[in-house]
Amino acid sequence: MREYKNRKNVQKKAYYNDRFWVAPQLPKFNPQEDKQLNEDYKKIDEKFEIKEAFIQRDQLVLIVHSTDIKEILTFMKDELSYTVLSELSANDYLSQSGEFEVFYQLLSMTKRKRIRVKCRIKEKSSVESVYTVFKSADWAEREMHDLMGVNVNNHYNLKRLIMPDDWSGHPLRKTYPLQGDEAASWYEIDTIFGKEYRDIVGPEQRDPAKTDRKDTKNFSRIFHEVPFGSNPSEEKTIQDYQEEDGVYFVKELKKENSKVLNTRR
Amino acid sequence: MAQHKVNYLQDSGLPIALTTVDKLVQWGRSNSLWALTYGLACCAIEMMASGASRYDFDRFGTIFRASPRQAEVMIVAGTLTKKHAQFIRRLYDQMAEPKWVISMGSCANTGGMFNTYATVQGVDRVIPVDIYLPGCAPRPESLQYAVMMLQKQIRKESAFQKRKPKRLV
Repeated sequence: MREYKNRKNVQKKAYYNDRFWVAPQLPKFNPQEDKQLNEDYKKIDEKFEIKEAFIQRDQLVLIVHSTDIKEILTFMKDELSYTVLSELSANDYLSQSGEFEVFYQLLSMTKRKRIRVKCRIKEKSSVESVYTVFKSADWAEREMHDLMGVNVNNHYNLKRLIMPDDWSGHPLRKTYPLQGDEAASWYEIDTIFGKEYRDIVGPEQRDPAKTDRKDTKNFSRIFHEVPFGSNPSEEKTIQDYQEEDGVYFVKELKKENSKVLNTRR
Repeated sequence: MAQHKVNYLQDSGLPIALTTVDKLVQWGRSNSLWALTYGLACCAIEMMASGASRYDFDRFGTIFRASPRQAEVMIVAGTLTKKHAQFIRRLYDQMAEPKWVISMGSCANTGGMFNTYATVQGVDRVIPVDIYLPGCAPRPESLQYAVMMLQKQIRKESAFQKRKPKRLV
């Protein structure tokens, strides 16, 4: 058995570090570069406060206050014909500023333009649900709540979408370790057998390169198979489909009599 | 005087065969291994191919059933997630004795390439496994080989022996 590592406080630190890879940003342009988008931007700007606006990759990006989100999206759907909410999710910036960045990707089928609305919220605060405006927000908000732990207000059915209901932690956060925390590593044992079964089953074997030729309790060495738990043997064991004296009512199979076809018939 | 004459020394004495009940029962069991379809991922495609006409599992008496009550062998084909683990255990418990399990492919054996928080690292953490079939994904020939090895193992067992609860892990 390998050394047991206590992973109870494993979510204390972030596992992603900027020094490895920082994605280069595409150039940002003034909203005036695009006539249609500039028109829409002006209309939104009249009614709501916009912190920042730019065009990136032919899409208008608006950074707004999180409290305005529902009104802005309703306005854009009803007045500006942005009728499709194609994506809704959040990014984890908790280690930098203690905030989530929630984004809403909108598409206008008639104008053939896309606008992304972004807002930042603190970890413990919440955004207003937009499922009454866009039906697609229903599952997207549940997924965001499940995997990132973002709180959503006034959602009619805010429970986990992907992970099981009794899961602990939010797997897409930067602090969540890839191989799971303490509760995750015992999840299937705890739910099926109960916690007292942990000692019987033992911890997960997480080393993909681990091989042990002398271990006869897990996988046997091919062509050197021995009964469970007995001493390993160097003697070759021949595995054949049938017993020596054949099988009742079944045609006897002899390997030396079989014919190998080298070409297709 | 009998109407027909049986030569007991020819053709193994057919039409009369002499054997033990034990052997006959196990021969019957080994040649009617009805499998519970348990396709979880891409291994299921190979499992389906094994059942279809080219590789033809029916020759071995292996017919896929959609109900655990009618199945003898569970072929776990694919990645078992932690969310799903309790359902595989429930279906395993619903299968009638005697029952066997083939763990098909790397994911079912050890978790395979999915060394993550959401994957069960080997189905033997949840249900006892009789045959581990390596490969990613194993070819239908490999699955046939696994079934034939299982048949051989079944023929070795005794029909009336009280079955010990299988070890887990």
